[in-house]
Amino acid sequence: MKKDIILCGVGGQGILSSATIIGEAATKAGVNLKQAEVHGMSQRGGDVQSNLRLSTETIYSDLIPQGGCDLIISMEPMEALRYLPYLSKDGVVVTSNKPFVNIPNYPEEEALFAELNALPNVVQLDIEQVAKDAGNARGANVVLLGMAARYLEILTPDQLREAIATIFARKGEAVVEANLKCFDAANK
Amino acid sequence: MKKLLLGDEAIALGAIHAGLSGVYAYPGTPSTEITEYIQGDATARERGVHSRWCTNEKTAMEAALGMSYAGKRALVCMKHVGMNVCADAFVNSAITGVNGGLVVLAADDPSMHSSQNEQDSRFYGKFALIPIFEPSNQQEAYDMMADAFELSERLKEPVLFRVVTRLAHSRAAVEIGEVRQENVMNASTDQWVLLPGIARKKYAALLDKQPQMEAAAVSSLYNKMEKNGGSLGIIACGIGYNYVKEAIGNEGNILKVSQYPLPEEAIKTLAAENDAILVVEDGQPVVEQDVKALLGAGYPIKGRLTGDLPRTGELTPDNVAAALGKPVAPVYETAKNLAARPPQLCQGCGHRDVYGALVKIIEEFPDARVFGDIGCYTLGALPPFKALASCVDMGASITMAKGAADAGLRPAIAVIGDSTFTHSGMTGLLDAINENAPITVIISDNLTTGMTGGQDSAGTNKFEAICLGLGMDPEHLHVVTPLPKNIPDIAELIKREIEYEGVSVIIPRRECIQTAARKAREAKKSN
Repeated sequence: MKKDIILCGVGGQGILSSATIIGEAATKAGVNLKQAEVHGMSQRGGDVQSNLRLSTETIYSDLIPQGGCDLIISMEPMEALRYLPYLSKDGVVVTSNKPFVNIPNYPEEEALFAELNALPNVVQLDIEQVAKDAGNARGANVVLLGMAARYLEILTPDQLREAIATIFARKGEAVVEANLKCFDAANK
Repeated sequence: MKKLLLGDEAIALGAIHAGLSGVYAYPGTPSTEITEYIQGDATARERGVHSRWCTNEKTAMEAALGMSYAGKRALVCMKHVGMNVCADAFVNSAITGVNGGLVVLAADDPSMHSSQNEQDSRFYGKFALIPIFEPSNQQEAYDMMADAFELSERLKEPVLFRVVTRLAHSRAAVEIGEVRQENVMNASTDQWVLLPGIARKKYAALLDKQPQMEAAAVSSLYNKMEKNGGSLGIIACGIGYNYVKEAIGNEGNILKVSQYPLPEEAIKTLAAENDAILVVEDGQPVVEQDVKALLGAGYPIKGRLTGDLPRTGELTPDNVAAALGKPVAPVYETAKNLAARPPQLCQGCGHRDVYGALVKIIEEFPDARVFGDIGCYTLGALPPFKALASCVDMGASITMAKGAADAGLRPAIAVIGDSTFTHSGMTGLLDAINENAPITVIISDNLTTGMTGGQDSAGTNKFEAICLGLGMDPEHLHVVTPLPKNIPDIAELIKREIEYEGVSVIIPRRECIQTAARKAREAKKSN
């Protein structure tokens, strides 16, 4: 079994910490993992992505081939569209529905969402609002992870919850609880 | 025990476990995390392994050579263009030879994710006539470090360790091995004095060691032949091997190459047993050219030079699969509602206010040219500022402004960051001061090395003293605070100084908002 995932968004939205949670869960579960990240210049408000490959078999390439991505997890709707050539036929897109506009030529939103909604498997949510409602405005990326959990398959929601507890442990029990609440809010 | 590590972290841990006594480096993507990992590692801290940042790659290389002279194991880390900065010391370290093991790590950046070129550091290894290691994955990156140090001490030569961005910045689980002790201090008694008479003998000795280097590559565990039938021979170098395996699995005749010099006999065998050879290597066609020379013009060799793989840009599973005759078409086309999202200066960054003032000057003086440099502030070249005429290499802002001013260009303005200034800008400023060249130098000081994530900057709190020490006229040396409310005053000051026919230095100083925020978080945590 394999799961090839592209995590994406805009620099500063917390893509890498979501990747770290999945990485922790996979390592604990003994699932093979390769996770290519973007460091450096793009982290300054540019588009960022992480190729995350999980498999019970040996993984060779750090990068996902075109048409091979099972799951796009995006913090931003236009960024979800950026990686369409990598999406597999039955691939799922899990994305925030709130545009992050920091460029003058951001596409017209109606057309953008029409294109997104035309995809066969798309799930969208206002993750920032859900995070706020859960009392942890900074937990939008964990809300997104909660949304994506049911499509991950190779890892269970409980394994992800455990990883969240491990990753946030050094920040204290309150931060762990706040993040688990965000995860659960979207993983019903 | 297994640990989830970035390629860079695997390199760092491998070096610590190989008995490292010092890492010497200047930050540069994608190499920065190696030194950062060593700085934070418990074993390294306990042992007192040197890990403070150096002023530039040349000082790093020379300090590491000094540590090696004293008998201990040293690692030098840099991004590929750093090799150009330390090239003098690097090439000559092969002539002096080493005492304690010396590993020079170059992190190349094919596709220029965060760089101004995609030069291939393997050329430097060949140029200096030393062995090169090129891991294909994180486990090899960890394991190879011990072998690299051992080979270095056995041959008494430095070795080059080459990685690319995709390995440096990709995580995988790594099986951790045993921890070796550091070497004890044991200074060389050999003369490392490269006077011509001595250098000639040492160069001859380096040439005499070439067969040993080749023998090491031939017997290397990291080079292997896989024979699975068919008529195409594949030479897969470094991470190229992964993309080949991704595309064809347990098919094909593959010579995996992760240690150089090239195993020539194995290549001849591969050629004899197949009808053609495909060379899969990330970066420039270094091996492809060598294989062409080895097999002669008549033998069909495919690779980046023939267009079977793209001439520029990094390898991907897609372009390698296509070169192997197994192209994969995307299911979904590129989206229509998509715009590029280039990086930009953070909101609230002091560099923004510097450019806010500079843009006013450019509007008023259409002949003005602003020569830029390497760092976050290079983003001043992009909208909304579009302020820069050039950005070439570390320190070139000051010297290019001077050369243009020599040719008569007015006003000639240089913008350089604090860390870049101490890296390679100080010598250029001395040239300008010695001739009182009519240039205005802006040292945009954010008290850190910002672009690479906020490492210590060598000259913090010393810039006025450095400029005065180089002979700056104090009347034309100014420190300002780049805030939106000060933009009109800063613009006025720049205007006054560009009208002066001599060197001016303006230092806008305000802490990087990223490092300031990080410090605030850390302070809150410790309270």
